[in-house]
Amino acid sequence: MIFDVEYETMPREALETIQLKRLQATCERAYATVPFYRKKFDDAKVKPADIKSLDDINRLPFTTKQDLRDNYPFGMFATPMDKVIRIHASSGTTGQPTVVGYTKKDIDTWASLMARALAAGGATKDDIIHNAYGYGLFTGGLGVHYGAEKLGASVIPVSGGNTKRQIIIMKDFGPTILTATPSYTLHLAEVAEEMGVDFKELKFKFGIFGAEPWSEKMREEIELKLNITAVDIYGLSEVMGPGVANECFQAKKGLHVFEDHFIPEIIDENTLESQPFGTSGELVFTTITKEAFPIIRYRTRDITMLNPEPCICGRTMVRMNRVSGRSDDMLIIRGVNVFPSQIESVLMETEGVDPHYQLVVDRADNLDMLTVMVEIGEASFFDEVKKLQHLEQTITENIKETLGVSVKTKLVEPKSIARSEGKAVRVIDNRKI
Amino acid sequence: MLVKQISIFLENKSGRIAEVTSVLAEAGINIRTLSLADTTDFGVLRLILSDADEAEKTLKNAGLTVRKTDVVAVEVEDKPGGLNNILDILGKSEVNIEYMYTYVHQAGDNAVMIFKFTDIEKAISRLGQQGINIIDGSTVYDL
Repeated sequence: MIFDVEYETMPREALETIQLKRLQATCERAYATVPFYRKKFDDAKVKPADIKSLDDINRLPFTTKQDLRDNYPFGMFATPMDKVIRIHASSGTTGQPTVVGYTKKDIDTWASLMARALAAGGATKDDIIHNAYGYGLFTGGLGVHYGAEKLGASVIPVSGGNTKRQIIIMKDFGPTILTATPSYTLHLAEVAEEMGVDFKELKFKFGIFGAEPWSEKMREEIELKLNITAVDIYGLSEVMGPGVANECFQAKKGLHVFEDHFIPEIIDENTLESQPFGTSGELVFTTITKEAFPIIRYRTRDITMLNPEPCICGRTMVRMNRVSGRSDDMLIIRGVNVFPSQIESVLMETEGVDPHYQLVVDRADNLDMLTVMVEIGEASFFDEVKKLQHLEQTITENIKETLGVSVKTKLVEPKSIARSEGKAVRVIDNRKI
Repeated sequence: MLVKQISIFLENKSGRIAEVTSVLAEAGINIRTLSLADTTDFGVLRLILSDADEAEKTLKNAGLTVRKTDVVAVEVEDKPGGLNNILDILGKSEVNIEYMYTYVHQAGDNAVMIFKFTDIEKAISRLGQQGINIIDGSTVYDL
């Protein structure tokens, strides 16, 4: 089912006319109300009035995650706080998360787009949706929730965790749609098996999975184990939250971007030049209807490509491929964003530790485990085992406190961390996803 | 008076101790005794060698993490209660033992134990007062 036939199947030409009008209005407003954008536009020697065609988007400056941090918490808001009815924050962990706000209209737009996403993934108003995305500052839980209500479906706001209770609810309430992260979904499947519950006897038909990288292989595994059709959802709080793009269950081949609200671009991460459809590169988004938190040319750091081919589902909106990687070195560990540089600064602040380290990520039993290997230097090598163990513990605790993620610290011999061309390999990601 | 001990940080990987012993063999340094403290991830190899200073230099050059530590060699009567007597003196004096291990060779009829104390001076003086013989570093290497 297509939730919003008028817009989702609109001829490209009409869509582009609407996009241009909305882009112009967004630039006008951002320039007039957000000092950050005014300065960025001025520095780039561009005025909102210079945007005369969609191609002129190339003239606009980029926005990065660092810009959001620099304007923490509300510096990027384009409306007064009395118009803001909701605040969310990313799982960003450098002590400064990225904060986003929504007006009443933004929340309504989000709900409608999330309803489109759920419908694309196979949901209808007659479905019961088991929503295992986390509720809270994270946009996942509430985003899906409002979309499910907008669609008219029955939503179970089960959130994350308490897995055994989730299985009981699945058995007793008979939900037909599952929304969760793919790794938690596989964990649910395992716990169900342990409890003697067969997913084939549950009523699930479709699952809408996202918020972390996953693969076609994981899709096959989920579809087989849960006996459902699984589709991919994409979103990020900086742009809106879940529901920026969603796969249709008919094709299961890329995620339709809701282009009447967001303009996607692919850029070359080095030259920052716009790339044509079909080229792989970094995904950039401009919001064109958001009130409280418009964002212009936001660099997502996600690597993908845009596919303009017509889709069998009837939607005319361009599709983005499954995200294949990142243009920075960010890791997502159990839903928490981790940059190696953050670990490095923790190590540098820990007495007696040299910042020679390597991060090894594994996925065991569908849970991510981050091991921090730290080379022991002359200065920090104690002859006593308990002092060395204390050092490991201190590092683990400092990382937990600063980044909010539990890691295992392992002291290793100096120069044992592989260096390629003199440059240390900082991250080894062994996750088979 | 004190004995120089060489400690080496080793990851728990096969062949690591052999690497140490081959470096020492090539340098013509004799291992007088050794002890290994280990955890699941790493170990600390402690060695008393025929030439601690030379060994420290050689092992460092071989890229190993080395630390030279002062330990105490104590003569222990080779009969029931011999070790207990010493531990009793230390306990009553509130001297803390970081770790201890046995020396391979004997001093006359007596056994030799290697001790690492938190407070070395206090340990030596209390043991001395009770007539316990501390073996001098230069003597230990040649026992």
